[in-house]
Formats: sequence, structure tokens, C-alpha cells
Amino acid sequence: MQSTLFRRVVSALSLLLVSGAGVASDWADRSNLNLRPGVTEISQDVFGLHMTILWVVTVIGLLVFGLIMYSAVAHRRSKNPNPSQFHEHVGLEVFWTVVPFFILIAMAFPATRVLISMDDTSDAELTIKVTGYRWNWSYEYLAWKDDNDIGVFFFSNLKTPPEQYERPILSGGLFPHGTAQQRVDAERPAKDADYMLAVDRPLVIPAGIKVRFLITADDVIHSWFMPDFAIKKDAIPGFINEVWTVVPEDATGVYYGQCAELCGRNHAFMPIEVHVVPQDEFETWIAEEKEKAASGPDLTPFASLDVAMQLGQEKYAAACALCHGANGQGGIGLPFAGTDFMKNPERLQDNIDVLIKGRNAMPAFAAQLTPREIAAVITYQRNAFGNETGDLVQPADVAK
Amino acid sequence: MTAVAAHDHHDDHHHAPHGLKRWLFSTNHKDIGTLYLWFSFAMFMVGGLMALVIRAELMYPGMQVVDPEFFNQMTTVHGLIMVFGAVMPATVGLANWMIPLMIGAPDMALPRMNNWSFWILPFAFTILIGSVLMSAFAEGNPSAPNFGWTFYAPLSTTYGPASTDLFILSVHMMGISSIMGAINVIVTVLNMRAPGMTLMKMPLFVWTWLITAFLLVAVMPVLAGAVTMMLTDRHFGTSFFDAAGGGDPVLFQHIFWFFGHPEVYIMILPSFGIVSAIIPTFARKPLFGYASMVYATASIALLSFVVWAHHMFTVGMPLAGMLFFMYMTMLISVPTGVKVFNWVATMWRGSITFELPMKWALAFVILFTCGGLSGLMLAITPADFQYHDTYFVVAHFHYVLVSGAIFSIFAAAYYWLPKWSGVMPNTFLGELHFWNSLLSVNLLFFPMHFVGLAGMPRRYADYALQFADYNWWISIGAFWFGISQLIFVAVCVLCAMKKGEKAPASPWEGAEGLEWTVPSPAPFHTFDTPPVVK
Amino acid sequence: MSEVNDLQQRNTRILRKLVFGAVCMFGFAFAMVPIYNVLCEVTGLNGKTNSSAASSANLELDEDRMITVQFVTRSGQGMAWDFFPEVRSVRVHPGEITQVNFKVKNPTDKQIVGQAIPSVTPGLAATHLLKTQCFCFDNQTLAGGGEADMPMIFYLDPALPKHITTITLSYTLFDVTERVTVNDNTLAVR
Repeated sequence: MQSTLFRRVVSALSLLLVSGAGVASDWADRSNLNLRPGVTEISQDVFGLHMTILWVVTVIGLLVFGLIMYSAVAHRRSKNPNPSQFHEHVGLEVFWTVVPFFILIAMAFPATRVLISMDDTSDAELTIKVTGYRWNWSYEYLAWKDDNDIGVFFFSNLKTPPEQYERPILSGGLFPHGTAQQRVDAERPAKDADYMLAVDRPLVIPAGIKVRFLITADDVIHSWFMPDFAIKKDAIPGFINEVWTVVPEDATGVYYGQCAELCGRNHAFMPIEVHVVPQDEFETWIAEEKEKAASGPDLTPFASLDVAMQLGQEKYAAACALCHGANGQGGIGLPFAGTDFMKNPERLQDNIDVLIKGRNAMPAFAAQLTPREIAAVITYQRNAFGNETGDLVQPADVAK
Repeated sequence: MTAVAAHDHHDDHHHAPHGLKRWLFSTNHKDIGTLYLWFSFAMFMVGGLMALVIRAELMYPGMQVVDPEFFNQMTTVHGLIMVFGAVMPATVGLANWMIPLMIGAPDMALPRMNNWSFWILPFAFTILIGSVLMSAFAEGNPSAPNFGWTFYAPLSTTYGPASTDLFILSVHMMGISSIMGAINVIVTVLNMRAPGMTLMKMPLFVWTWLITAFLLVAVMPVLAGAVTMMLTDRHFGTSFFDAAGGGDPVLFQHIFWFFGHPEVYIMILPSFGIVSAIIPTFARKPLFGYASMVYATASIALLSFVVWAHHMFTVGMPLAGMLFFMYMTMLISVPTGVKVFNWVATMWRGSITFELPMKWALAFVILFTCGGLSGLMLAITPADFQYHDTYFVVAHFHYVLVSGAIFSIFAAAYYWLPKWSGVMPNTFLGELHFWNSLLSVNLLFFPMHFVGLAGMPRRYADYALQFADYNWWISIGAFWFGISQLIFVAVCVLCAMKKGEKAPASPWEGAEGLEWTVPSPAPFHTFDTPPVVK
Repeated sequence: MSEVNDLQQRNTRILRKLVFGAVCMFGFAFAMVPIYNVLCEVTGLNGKTNSSAASSANLELDEDRMITVQFVTRSGQGMAWDFFPEVRSVRVHPGEITQVNFKVKNPTDKQIVGQAIPSVTPGLAATHLLKTQCFCFDNQTLAGGGEADMPMIFYLDPALPKHITTITLSYTLFDVTERVTVNDNTLAVR
């Protein structure tokens, strides 16, 4: 590390010159110069370890750079025209081989202790399975105290709408792949404070309880990264990893994390949002969710096309826009605007099947969306983007 | 290491072939070295251009310039080009030029293979860059490789774009080229030394390259094996890395990093050699601890085979495994520290002047040490869980590879350009290049530590608002650094056109070694009669 | 002249050795696959369990300890089967032989061949979870619309490290229909 002076200069400069560029959020409020200390005992242990090492390397660095600077000044030719010719010194060489060795041993002790305490996943009261997909996360509550048949399962998608991040300054030509092409001259709404961090359905966990996460993936390797809990664990398709955390009871609130292993186009667009709530609140929440999950899908028909369109637009933005474009213009997914697939009444059933079961690169959405949502999305696709077919698909049409 | 100039300089220029044929069919180590150096410089500019696309996109939050898919292709191909196209060929070019001159050999031991190992490279990179050009311009924009330079399975196998096969072919070609280049260095160093040039009298640059060459022969085939397994997984029904068929995606990472970690040292060891040549010259004092430098280099190389899993602490390893790789990684800092201390001791009580090569070498020592120290932080496993795959890692390896490896290559260029071209590099432009690069490289990479610690993951096309300020500064640093390199183009072109002060045989006052006993520019053939080294 | 020939011979000799070395290292990359698998089986790296039936002779029952074994199932991408365990978890003594059934249902109208891939966490426990019978040892075929119970019989080695109190056994079920038509060694389950 370079000197702390340099850091101060950099931070002062940036505060002076780009003040107001970032919008403060609860997450952004905390340090953005040093490591985030986090809120759990482990994360604070890690922070302590980080600070110890940072100081060790800073001192070593300053010592070495100091010697180089001193020598560069004091032993320059104008000052020291006749160079000494020494070129070995056994004692010195042994000294600087052995001393770093002891520094390393001193550093290895606390590191080992923290690592061992991180490794202990026993006696968790809540177990949650986390699954990474391209490009969202799903959470399944497996066991809460003695209840190991909860059945609460949901997907968690990026909440930030495409209008906020798709703002191209170039159109066509050199930089293609544009799902955003048509937005070149469009209006640019301000970014939310939780831009690229908030999700539509956050994970909810209780404070003061040991929570164990079982982490896996559906397609490629992802990594579940929650800096405030000092958790980063790879989600590997076909294999399972576990990590744990206890968020102290006084640290309830909202925490954000991100995917940390390159997983394809929308790697940056699958954040993690965790709500840490008091235990009694969690009890109520999980009981409600359990009841909802047990009562089966909601098949109430849509009262009108507009009702379906509204829900469809919301779900389309969360689940489809990343690949098919916010305006159905296509991207890595096929375009929808004005295509035969979306306008031909004979292909309506095919349209439903592809959304539910997936086809080729298109993933299956049966688990991600409820029948009501699937019906709404199809209705939206067939009426928005100038398609105007007038088709209204009802939940009962898509339920198996 | 004083040499008796017992050789006669009969310039063979009238025998030398001219025009295109001279370069296409060249078996002359100097011409091939020149080809390597120009090629790597061209690749450095191409890879740099890609980095600027990345930085342009990241200057502000939001997707402004390119699609995230194209962004991923840029990060991938930038990494591949810089590693295999810029740094490695540049050091091979230096080896080609300097090793025969340093050990008093008339040429490389296997000159025809030398020609072949260079001429594979342009084709390999044409294939790789071709896939990017297709992605940008061809109908339907077929994706170029988009899985990061580490190409983890299954992103690169089951989910890889069609161009992955082009990538595999290209990596195979680069691998063959590197292996042939390395074999040539080993044979030359072992067999072609002038009488009296014992192993322990060789300049350190030759030593570090010898060890690098052994690393190359040992690990490039492993990379070739990894991409071959990818190929058979993709097309021939095997499942090395596919869980569905009983394979394991984590196995890919083990094989890749078994290659990948020694690869890091392949890029940095020649730099150690360069700096160990330059510092004694300008301190006018022999290198401190020559023998311990050799042993330190060898132990770094050996240790590099038992630390690979520190790149993958987060995949879920048993505790014992994590502890082993943590301790081994920390251990590497001992021999690396020995080298840094030896350089400091070499300067100590010397009579130092600060010509351009020395400036670059000193910047190398300081900035490389910064990168080394953040590497020590990354070795601490519990802390690595926080640092891993964030911009902290990006900052670390760019400090080691840009202000480390690439700065030392600049140092080498300024040091040996008089020997290569016969004219001194333009001092004014050189100073401009140095100071701009030094300042911009820190503006470019130092704030990356901050965004990394704050939690910004690497390979992100867009980011949360709290990272915005520093990313703006980083991008400014990137453009500044990029533009500064154009100055070096001017320096090189001036030298190539022989515009500048004529260089004597030994332009640097304190320089020792056989390469300074031949005239500048070095004639087409040197040391036809071997010199005798006392 | 003989000096030149001698040099060329020496060069060729080293060249041969180095090429041989490079070829060996290419082979070593492939040798890493079985080495890795053995290492996984010995150390439980990546939570891999035994892939063929273990013997259950001479079992010692450790009645002092109770271990929770949790079952997690999921269908891999593109796999249409419904797949879940009969019980979500069991509490067992080390050394106790336990049978757990996993239910599968093929909701499509096509025959599908499935292969379950086990993974155990914590990894240290993987070598101590021994299966005497498992549907994951072979691939399983299910006709369109079919349902089946797949049994798995296991015990925990009493040598299981003391600090482990919960073990999670995860199965990911993959659709290998296209792979096995090449090999054709399917095994029907009823």
C-alpha cells in the first residue's frame, strides 16, 4: 500500500471535484475508502485482520520506499562520486530472509483463528438454499427451528428499471448488441439511491439467529457476495457449498450484495438484497409466506385487459427486458415487437409453452413466475410494442 | 564480468537479405527479436484500446457506450491480448535480442524454430482479434469470447459462444509458440555460452529467463490440455467439467490455475532480470547478492507450483486445504522480499544517476512492491473472501503487471535501444513518456483499491452509485495513460529511423557485460568467434 | 567442423528432452483428472461421496451422538422431472443404517433418462457418509408420465469428526437422455 497521505489527497480531490455525483444511500453512507467492516462478529474479525495486515504492509512499504528514497538522494552521483563496491553481506542477507519469515508467522496466527471460526457451520436454526441463475437468485427456506417442511420459495430479480441504466450515447455502427438502441434520444430518468442494488423480492432473515446458506447454481458458476456479512461463496452447478452468519439483534436493516463471479452478459445485474428483521417479525412473515405457498396458485381471472397489462408490464421489466429489450426490440433474446410469433393467434399456445418450459437458450419460467404472472406477461407481450392483438390470456389458461 | 573483445567485427550486411524476405524467412536472432518487440507493442496498443472501451463504459454508472455482452468480450480479449500478446512476446523479444549477446553466442541455438515460433503469433492473434471484429461488424454480431481470460467452465464450455472454438485454436497456437521460444532459450543458454561464461557468471537477465523458460515448458502444455478438454467437452461428448456427466467445473479451475499461477511468474521473472541489469549500471556498483538473487528466483519458481488454489478460496475447500495454500502463498513473499532488499542494497552507497532506464527501473521497484504487498494481503484467506473478485484484485495484478512487468519492459527498451538502433532514444520525449506514465498509472490503478474494498466486483459493466466518483477518476487515469503511450511510439519510430544522437558501443557509463563490447547498432552477426570470459 | 556437428548434436539432445518434457506435461494435465477424483474421494473435496456401494460389515453404533442429515434436491437446467425426498431430514446415530426414498415424477410424455449427482457439505463429512445402495450410482430411466420411488441406503461412519452435527446431502438431477443413447446402458427403476 502506498502512504496514507496519498489516500487523503485522492479522497479530498474527489470530494472537491465530483461532489454530488453519487447519491448517498444507507449502503453508500459507509466507508468507501477502506474495507467495509460489516455487521457480524465474523465480518468485524475479518476487518480487524484486514487492518492488521494493512498496517504491516504499510510499515514495510514505507520502510522500503524510505530506504530507496534516502539512497536515491544521499547516494546520487553529485553527492557520492565514488561508489562503494560491496556486493555481499551474509549477515544482512540472512537477516532479511529470517525477519519477514517471523512477521509472516505472526500474521498466520490470527488469520488461522478467523478461518477456523468461519468454517464452523454447526447448529444453525434457519437453513436457506440459495440458487444462482442467469441472471437472478432464488431462495428456498428449507428449515426453521424444528419445522423442515416450509415450502417457501421465490426468485429475486433486479428492481432497477431499464430506463435508468440503458442510456446509450451511440447508435448503431461500431457498438452493436444493442438492446438499448431505441433509447438513444429517450428521456433519462434519475437513478434511484439503490440503483443496481435493490431487488423485487428481498431475502428476509431474522437477527440474532444463526442462519446457514446452502449455495448452488442452475447453469454457470455464480458467487454469492454479501460484504457486510463477510460472505463470498461460489455457487457451482451440481455442487453445494455452505456458509453461515449471525446478524446481531441490534443490526436489523437492509443489506446489499452482488454476484461476484462472471456469469455472462448480465453478471452486473443480479444483486442481492437481504432484510434483517427482529425474530418475532420474522416468525410472522414466514408463517404468512408458508400459508401463501400452501394455498396453491392464485387463478383469479383478470377483470380487464388493463389489469393484466399492468401486472404484465411490471413482470416483463423484471424478468424479460434484460434479454428481449425493454421495448421488445430484442437483444440476446428474440425481438417481440411486430413479430409473427407474438401476433399470430395460432402461435399463442406455443408462446405460452416456451415461456413455461423454455426452449434452447430461453430458460423455463415455470418456477419463477406464478400462472397469473405468466398470463399477464403473455398478454403484455401480445399487446405492447405495437403488437395490439387484443389477446387476453387468463391464469387458468396457463395453469397445468 | 569483464570480457576480452577477442572477436572481429566483420559486418555481414552485404549478406543480409532485404525487404519482406528478410523478415519472413529470418533466422537471425536480432531480426526475430525486433519482430517480437514490434509485434508485442502493436498488441499492447490493441489491448490498450480495448481497455479504453472498458473504461469509457465505466466512467459513469449506466450503460452508455457498449452492450454488456460486448463489454464482457472486451474484458476477456483485453486480458488475453495483454498476457499472451503483449507481455510474453515482449520478454521473448528481449530474450532473443539480448541472451546471445549477453552470453557471447553467435545466434540462438535453433534459429529456424525461432522463426517459426514468432510467425505463429500473428496468425494466432488474427484469429482471436478476428472474432472480436466479427462481433462488432458482422451481420448478426456473433459473440467473441466473453468468459474472461480465465475462461471458467461451464461458462466457456456448455454456455460458450461459437467463437470459443476459434479461441481454443488460438490458445493452442500461442502455447506452441511459447513452448518453442522457451526451448530455444534453454538450449541456447545451456549449450552456446562463450568459453569461461559459467552458469554463475551469467547476467541475471539470462538466469531469470532460463528459469522462466523451464516454467513455460512445464505449464504451457497444461494450458493446452485444459483447452483440449474444453474442446472435447464442447464437441466430442466428454464431460470433464460438466456435472451432468460426472465431471466437475471446479476441476477446470484447478487445472487452469496450475498453469495460471506459474504464468504470473513467467511474466514477472524476466522483469526481475532486467531491473537487476539496470540498477547496478546506474548505481555504478555490482549487483548485491548475485547468488541469493539466483536462488530466490529459483525458489519463487518452485513455490509457484504449490500456491495455485489461492485463486479459488471461495469455491469451497476443506479447511486444511485453505490453510496449506495460505501458508505457501505467504511464503512466496520471502524470496520476493529478498530480491527487493537486494536491489535496495545495490543502490546503497552507490553513485547513482537517473537516466531514463534507471527512472523506469526505480518506478518498477516501488510500484511492483506495492503490488506485492497487496498480494500478501490477498494471501490471507479470511480477508481474501472479502477481496476476491473485486476491484482490489484488479488493482493488485495491474500494479504487478502494468507498473511491474510493462514498466520493466520500457526500462529495458530505453536501456538497450541504443544497442538495437545505434541512436540514443530522444530524452525529451522519454522524460515526457516516463512522467506521464508514472502519474497516470497511479491515478488509474490506485483508486481501484478503494472501490474494490468498498465491494465493487470485477468484470461489472455497470455499478452502484457509491462507486461512481472513483470510477470517474480511474477512467481519466486510463485515458491519460493510454495517450501517454503514443509518446513511446514516437520514441521508437525516431530510433528506427536512426534520428537522434549516435550511440557509442557502451553508452551507459557504468554498464558491464558482453553486449556492450559490440558496436551500436549491433551488427547483423556478432560473436562469430566466441569471446573469452575471464 | 566436428565442433559444429558436436554442438548440433548436443542441441538436438536437449531439444528432444524438452519436447518430451512438454509432451509429458500435456499428459499430466489429463492425469490431473483422475488424481483430482482420487483426492476428492480421499479428502471429501467438493463434497463428493462414494460412487459405488460401500460395505456395511462390522458397523459400530455410536449411541452418544445424534447427527441431523438433511436432504436437498433440485432438477438441473432442462430437467423436467419433479424430484423430492420423502423426508426433508433424518436424525441418526453414527453407524445406524437408514433408508430414505426419493420420489420422482416425469410430467412429460417422453421417456427421460436421469442421473443424480450427489454433493455433501461440509466437505469433511463427505467421506464419512457411506451409501450401500443409491439411485445415484447409475442413471435412471422413467417413461413419460411415470412415477417412481428411488431408494438410498446410507450410514455415517462413526469416525465422523466430533464437531459436525449437521450434514447436508444434495442431489442434482440431470437429464442425460441424449448422452446415454450413445452408450445405451440404461437401468430402469420401478
